[in-house]
Amino acid sequence: MSTLFEIIGGALLLIGSAFLFLGGLGIFRMPDVYNRLQAGTKATTLGGMSLILGVGFLMVETSWMWMAKAVIIVIFIAFSNPISSHALARAMYKRKQYPLITSKDENMDAYKEISENEKKEEDA
Amino acid sequence: MKSLTFNEKLSRFIVNWFFLMLVWIAFTASFATQELIVGFLATMIISFLSIRLFTCCALAILKPIRIVYMIWYLFIFIVALIKSNLDVARRVLTPSLPINPGIVKFKTKLTTDYSKMVLANSITLTPGTLTVDIIDDTFYIHWIDVKTTDPEKAFTEIAEQFEKILLKIF
Repeated sequence: MSTLFEIIGGALLLIGSAFLFLGGLGIFRMPDVYNRLQAGTKATTLGGMSLILGVGFLMVETSWMWMAKAVIIVIFIAFSNPISSHALARAMYKRKQYPLITSKDENMDAYKEISENEKKEEDA
Repeated sequence: MKSLTFNEKLSRFIVNWFFLMLVWIAFTASFATQELIVGFLATMIISFLSIRLFTCCALAILKPIRIVYMIWYLFIFIVALIKSNLDVARRVLTPSLPINPGIVKFKTKLTTDYSKMVLANSITLTPGTLTVDIIDDTFYIHWIDVKTTDPEKAFTEIAEQFEKILLKIF
């Protein structure tokens, strides 16, 4: 049994670090803040989750405490990561960092109407 | 905020207590009597102080049908999470960086704050989408590869699979 847990744990560690690497590469390569957030959030969520679960599996022979704590941390990551990226994206729009738009379609930025309304209210 | 009746308070209190006790047992990882007594008292005080803060549906959250839907939701969510990571990996590793970003909006049928929060978090973690803002029932989504700017089509594309289960849970 112990080798099985070690294999699962090692595989999860490998997958987690691979996704964290891809997330870092994404932050480096993407052109603007929203796309960087996209790459950063998704990759760090799954990467962090599988790293922590991997540690839980590796240590499950020692005590089940590791696994229980790992599960709690995973739940916490699943809630906090998207919320913080949402807060960052919203704050960047309020700071007038408008998203990069490559296509010629004019309706690509649906959030613009909201920020324009807010601007009018401030002026009035 | 509306005031709660005694029964609502009691049922929220019990649910908070139950989940906090689970967390306590997971953290201490022991069933020794002294640990359990301290945990019992500590979680009781915390859940009494946080009656207003946590739990959306109080004791009704423990209905079997809801738990079945929650497990089904968790399954769909994990599949979407893995898909989105593969999607990010594909985009990042392609030399030409295939993106077509933009912000789309759609309306949701969900009404409670909790369900909107869960939907927003799920959208953020599914392929190529990021919740920028929620104003009443309108979601503003940054989409890394915009396929349509029409709100209804965007809704079917992004949120429908989650919303139909969330409507049954909440």
